[in-house]
Amino acid sequence: MSGPQGIGAPVKRKEDRRFLLGKGQYTDDIILPDQSYATFVRSQHAHAKIKNIDSAAAKAAPGVLAVLTGEDVAASQLGGIPCGWLVKSKDGSNMVEPPHPALVQGTARHVGDPIVMIVAESKAAAKAAAALVDIDYDVLPAAGRLADAIKPGAPVVWPDAKTNVCFDWHIGDPAKTDAAFEKAAHVVELELTNNRVAPNAMEPRAANGNYDSANDHFTLYTTSQNPHLTRLLLAAFTLHVPEHKLRIIAPDVGGGFGSKIFHYAEELLVLWASKRVGRPVKWTSDRSEAFISDAHGRDHISKAQLALDANHKFLGLRVHTYANMGAYLSTFAPAVPTYLYATLLSGPYDFPAIYAEVKAVFTNTVAVDAYRGAGRPEASYLLERLVGHAARQLKVDPIELRRKNLIQPNQFPYQTQVALQYDIGDYQATLDMALEAIDYKGFPARRKASEAKGKLRGIGISTYIEACGIAPSALVGALGARAGLYEAATVRVHPTGSVTVMTGTHSHGQGHETAFAQLINERLGVAIENVEIVHGDTDRIPFGMGTYGSRSLSVGGSAIYKAVDKIVDKGKKIAAHLLEANVADIEFKDGNYRVVGTDRVKAFGEVAFAAYVPHNYPIDSVEPGLEENAFYDPKNFTFPGGTHLVEVEIDPETGVVEVVDVAIADDVGVIVNPMIVDGQAHGGLAQGIGQALFEEAIYDEAGQLVNGSFLNYVMPRAADLPSFKVGNHATACTHNPIGVKGVGEVGAIGVPPAVINAVLDALAPLGVTDISMPATPEKVWRAIQQAKGA
Amino acid sequence: MATVTLRVNRKTHTIDVPTTTLLVEALRDTLRLTGTHVGCDTSQCGACTVHVDGRSVKSCTMLAVEAAGAEITTIEGMANGDQLHPMQAAFQEHHGLQCGFCTPGMVMSATDLCTRKPNPSEAEVRHWLEGNLCRCTGYHNIVKAVRAGGEAMKGAKR
Repeated sequence: MSGPQGIGAPVKRKEDRRFLLGKGQYTDDIILPDQSYATFVRSQHAHAKIKNIDSAAAKAAPGVLAVLTGEDVAASQLGGIPCGWLVKSKDGSNMVEPPHPALVQGTARHVGDPIVMIVAESKAAAKAAAALVDIDYDVLPAAGRLADAIKPGAPVVWPDAKTNVCFDWHIGDPAKTDAAFEKAAHVVELELTNNRVAPNAMEPRAANGNYDSANDHFTLYTTSQNPHLTRLLLAAFTLHVPEHKLRIIAPDVGGGFGSKIFHYAEELLVLWASKRVGRPVKWTSDRSEAFISDAHGRDHISKAQLALDANHKFLGLRVHTYANMGAYLSTFAPAVPTYLYATLLSGPYDFPAIYAEVKAVFTNTVAVDAYRGAGRPEASYLLERLVGHAARQLKVDPIELRRKNLIQPNQFPYQTQVALQYDIGDYQATLDMALEAIDYKGFPARRKASEAKGKLRGIGISTYIEACGIAPSALVGALGARAGLYEAATVRVHPTGSVTVMTGTHSHGQGHETAFAQLINERLGVAIENVEIVHGDTDRIPFGMGTYGSRSLSVGGSAIYKAVDKIVDKGKKIAAHLLEANVADIEFKDGNYRVVGTDRVKAFGEVAFAAYVPHNYPIDSVEPGLEENAFYDPKNFTFPGGTHLVEVEIDPETGVVEVVDVAIADDVGVIVNPMIVDGQAHGGLAQGIGQALFEEAIYDEAGQLVNGSFLNYVMPRAADLPSFKVGNHATACTHNPIGVKGVGEVGAIGVPPAVINAVLDALAPLGVTDISMPATPEKVWRAIQQAKGA
Repeated sequence: MATVTLRVNRKTHTIDVPTTTLLVEALRDTLRLTGTHVGCDTSQCGACTVHVDGRSVKSCTMLAVEAAGAEITTIEGMANGDQLHPMQAAFQEHHGLQCGFCTPGMVMSATDLCTRKPNPSEAEVRHWLEGNLCRCTGYHNIVKAVRAGGEAMKGAKR
């Protein structure tokens, strides 16, 4: 062990070596004995009745083992893909919850809806057979875009529901908010869209199902962020096979960003097909297939109004949002534009009144669900654009307007008007840090220098908050969650003092194998080289809810801490016996049990050894062995926040926006590994800047995805981004034992409005007052031309 | 079907594959060198980058039969026994990887750059990596790692 390895140490990652050697094991890397391969024939139409499926030629094609359709799924009585969250409308009625069969039964409802599954000896044989399937469609009118689906007379995705509204939900106090607007000196309004994006983890989804008939047991290798949740849904809803007959392994997973939370039909179908053909069945998504079958993110249309008094203090906020659900309700979809969005609309500000209405809308598109930030980026984008707009309209400094309205450090715990209670924060400190880092005072000189080159320069700000660490189970249960959201851990101390930790969270890039080992080092003094973190296998880990919403450290890490508490306490009893002292007189510190105030010491490793070789041992009162389980249910969400500043330079001739500087200061709570924390911030920033400038999953009127490949869906590349200035100012979370808040999503949440505010700042001298994401060269160029013409 | 003799990571393999087999498929599925990844179907992501006669090539853009006779190096052939290649070591040192999926392609692409141009500037690294997508790191630490790896490669005789 070289140097400190506990909390705060920037130790290098333990997991890196296998990835760097090319020895990672991702789902598609696994080929099981007697492996067969699946592919899907997916709907080419957004909305179509299936009149006939002619699969005779496919069945007869070389190497084909099975051709399966919705009829087979129905005959096997497989359950529909369930939704994990029930949201109720204002009037108390349940959301519209349409059926979601694993393969289309009768009507396809989005491009990419799977209609036929082919299983064959090879992927090539499966694909060749798929090309022989002849589907006779009766094409129906489609609600392809959110803006169209909400119009009167729009084609209806689910005819029984009469309209496309899934639920009509609200939060806050409408009367109090009306009163606030009545007494306002200023009211500022803005209409906004939050662009639809495709998650695009670099590893496409894959699933490999294997039925073992000798033991009547199923194993699924899958690209999942939460294998236990997948097992739960397979057991209870879709495959109807009890948990003890199901093993789910999520091995190395190449990024998730939310899109690998959800239980997808393909996971069910490869298990089902494996039992039918008597061989393991593997499906690996192509990228083009991913664009039309992975759940997308965002896609809101909103109207927002801000009421201010004569001194520019915020009096009230009124928001109306339409949120796209896609054609089917994905696992967490209804929670995203409600409890993860509208509850965040107070931002870091002291708002006396807020009222928000959210209408969730079905469209003939692939599902929309959680994507990095999930609801919170939509909230921060709306609020920070609105505040930026207010500053320009009222001709006040955007920094000063924010300072005036930020929640002050002495106001914590702060109860918002939209249900959440923030435990702690210091928004002024992060604001000051970020302003310093970007040299805000020097901006006018830099703008002049850009002007001299014929460029337009702008600076944009976003002061944001988010909620992580989902979530207190009783609270989310009351809000409609159909699962608890605690986390579980097992800490196993081996006889020679090394440690294995089983965690219910899942690492797909976040570095848990290192950061969680640092927790053990911090608490038990064991070198991280002697700690192994096990995740992603339901047979090795007792239980867990997985990784999303920046919950792994705050919820999963806290579960590890609770288990360590039990280890330490048991060790005290063993040490007291070995040291012939009272348990009350034993302290544990720096890896040693000590009789308080003496030099009588037993090292942790000695105590562990005694636990497994209990020759001299308090055997009448203490069991041998040193292994503990713990479940941790969080007491509240955690609330990271901070300030993101972006500087852009625009070429007015081409409309190209260059991001020239990004400086952020976040409060993510106690930092376990600053190297990993910075890396998480960088990645979130790239996705946030991607959404702001490049990315949009574009559906046309007919519900065709126009840009479903990397050729025309613009992913941020290295040359599109600058290096980032990342700072932290920690206030420790008050309600979890580590004091951590979460960092996985801050970049994606904080930065998009800062980018657009910077673009608008650059274009303000021309009279441009609005631009939507993504601010592509074409859009910026048109805005400039339009302003010139006006 | 075609019988192809491929020289990969200093070993010779003779394999029978359909003539339409891509180099990446031969590497992954036939030779089971699964460190080379497939992240797209349009030759955009660069996760499948390998070296063919010392030059970085997206192995999804080449048929296996075209690679016959060439000297191919994959990510599995970069380390010297237990010792990481300086570029691999730099990626670990500078936290240039998170989920690890794009990493093999990044390392293969970066070593080619630094062989051609020992001291690339930040802008040159960013421009060079145009053909390699990463969704996790925001490229910040990859750029740092590539420059440090290039520096280390100069000092290392291989």
